Amino acid sequence: MLRHLLGSLAIAFAATAMAAPYIPADDAQVLERLPQRSVPQFRELKVLRAAAALAPDDPAPAVALAAAYVRASRVEGDPRFNGYAQAALARWWQDPEAPTPVLVLRATILQNRHEFDAAIADLDRILKREPRHAQALLTRATVLTVRGRFAEARADCERLAALVPAIYAATCTAAIDSVTGNASRAYETLRRTLDGAVRVDGAGRAWAETLLAEIAHRRGDPAAERHFRAALDADPSDLYLIGAYSDWLLDQRRADDVIALLGKETRIDALLLRLALAQRASGRAEAAATIETLRARFEASRARGDSVHQRENARFELALNDDPRSALALALDNWKLQREPSDLRILAEAGAAAGDLAARDTVRRWLAETGIEYPAVARMVEPGTSVPK
Amino acid sequence: MKSWLAALAMLLGVFVAPAHAHKPSDSYLTLSVKEDTIEGQWDIALRDLDFALGLDANQDDAITWGEVKAKHADIAAYALSRLRLGAASAPCKKRVTEQLIDDHSDGAYSVLRFVATCAAAPKSLTVDYRLFFDVDPQHRGLLRLDYQGATRAGIFAADKSEQSFTLSQSSRWEQFVDYGDEGVFHIWTGFDHVLFLLSLLLPAVLVRSQLPGRRWQPADSFRAALVDVVRVVTAFTVAHSITLSLAALSVVTLPSRWVESAIALSVVLAALNNIWPVVYGKRWAIAFCFGLIHGFGFASVLADLGLPQESLLIALVAFNLGVELGQLVIVGVFLPIAFRLRATAFYQRVLVVYGSAAIALIASVWLIQRALDLKLIRG
Repeated sequence: MLRHLLGSLAIAFAATAMAAPYIPADDAQVLERLPQRSVPQFRELKVLRAAAALAPDDPAPAVALAAAYVRASRVEGDPRFNGYAQAALARWWQDPEAPTPVLVLRATILQNRHEFDAAIADLDRILKREPRHAQALLTRATVLTVRGRFAEARADCERLAALVPAIYAATCTAAIDSVTGNASRAYETLRRTLDGAVRVDGAGRAWAETLLAEIAHRRGDPAAERHFRAALDADPSDLYLIGAYSDWLLDQRRADDVIALLGKETRIDALLLRLALAQRASGRAEAAATIETLRARFEASRARGDSVHQRENARFELALNDDPRSALALALDNWKLQREPSDLRILAEAGAAAGDLAARDTVRRWLAETGIEYPAVARMVEPGTSVPK
Repeated sequence: MKSWLAALAMLLGVFVAPAHAHKPSDSYLTLSVKEDTIEGQWDIALRDLDFALGLDANQDDAITWGEVKAKHADIAAYALSRLRLGAASAPCKKRVTEQLIDDHSDGAYSVLRFVATCAAAPKSLTVDYRLFFDVDPQHRGLLRLDYQGATRAGIFAADKSEQSFTLSQSSRWEQFVDYGDEGVFHIWTGFDHVLFLLSLLLPAVLVRSQLPGRRWQPADSFRAALVDVVRVVTAFTVAHSITLSLAALSVVTLPSRWVESAIALSVVLAALNNIWPVVYGKRWAIAFCFGLIHGFGFASVLADLGLPQESLLIALVAFNLGVELGQLVIVGVFLPIAFRLRATAFYQRVLVVYGSAAIALIASVWLIQRALDLKLIRG
């Protein structure tokens, strides 16, 4: 691990060394564009920073500031804001007995960094204090689902039912049912709940529609598009949703639609990956440059020892860098951390491309144990089909 | 809308949003060491500098070269005050030579070039890196260290801000010998470990007496004594090897004050056990249990020596073997002498009883000063 890491660090430096530092010719030359700070969101941050600085020992303004940073990290898609949020909570960061609102944010920040077990530990602490803490229950259910701990996640969703609007609890449960062998029931129940709900806020609708779309995607149901569209109507800026929709379009061989959807989006690695895949699929000349940018980003990320990019990095190695071995290593590392359908899929694809029987068995076991319905993945590891290559 | 619902929306949004957006904050530090001079180049993202120092003077959400130039002095002072090269007692003096711009995959970086002059050519370079950790604990400093044609890498994080790099161009074997040497040296000069071991070994050449009025009688055979010694030493070795490795690899860490106090306590108990025996036949079990704590003590010494990242395992194994070797020498000197003296009243009364009492007394003083953080005598 360490050697691998330091090796890629050397590569990252080599890539850095190629471009020579320079002195710009003109004072007016713009070197960097910042996120717009005239928007209310940034004015709010400024006020909150000042309030937190005035009362460094008071958790309330620190929590307000950290929450604003976490929101900014979502809107901007910039992980730096997660770090700023952590800094805002620095005084309580190591404290197991921190006030509950601090623990909620700490769990959120940890989970954004894919430190799932640490996040779960914090959520456990909150729920020990307040068993009916809705945010903590919902967050823990989601994290446990990502980790593949479905029984515990389901219990949290059930406890949630009495505490939040029906659509949240229904989506929570459907997210688990849909990956444990009850996809059609999950789909129907969630669709009915959504249709029957009187008022659903944007976030709730976007979440439910995204889940419906993803279930439909896995089952090869063309209704996926309708759900993706509805989700985008509810929340057009949801980055995960845009990524999931892009994946569906790519599977439908609609690369041009992906390029139109993502436009000039180059700041966010996960979306840049989809853009590169689409550009290559439709034979665009820009593909080469996009791939080089992605390569540099993934190398930089590996150099700092991050694990948050492994799934995308594996897809990059497999589909854009023709290196199934590296793809498989990344997919396996990622699988230790995350057990979502897309993690299973990249593991199956990389395993098949690398001709790796152990990976194939891992996927087969998961399919059998959870009962997840994912025909595209199941076909890749079917008994009797010899592993290619 | 209820307030928790807003928060819920935030959490959900964050959850489903990819965490892999943009690139997190990194800086790239390159150091080339030549004799007592270090040439440095430090690439720091303009976005990070803007957050810490406010580069965008006219608030138009764009950073121009003119705005960066105007802040050059501030940037250099801010960054260099958060980087220490060399030991804390005698840091190398840094001087900025030029400031440029470079474009990385995620945006423009300020390039700070500097020269540092050290008091002497360092054998091992300590780098203490603290840039941005206060405002962004997820920031990383990526170091490349060039020395005599070889390149090494390191990563600085908020919880790993100080690291040492050996600069002597030693071969792996030389490194092995170096760390082995340190291990021997440490067991010989680490009186607490030696006294603990001796306390457990003193009764090895004796057996408990069944006669009234006598505590001990001499062991019948050298072989029986040797078996007892081997048991104790092996248990101690296995135990401290386990915890030394765990601590050196950062799997488990304990606060050093706690560890040092527990080591002192272990010496007290082992010595008292010779005066008022509670455990005799199973002294190896004491050796094992407390050996676990002594291992953490060894680990802190190893940490002070500085663990070379690129040969962590060599250093760990060599240091441990050194400790064992030093221990064997102590046992090798102790056992024949003790065996010869075992029947004497001097050994049975003076050494075992008064000697143990003296050990217990010294260790009690250590215990008090370590637990209360006082300085009475050197431990």
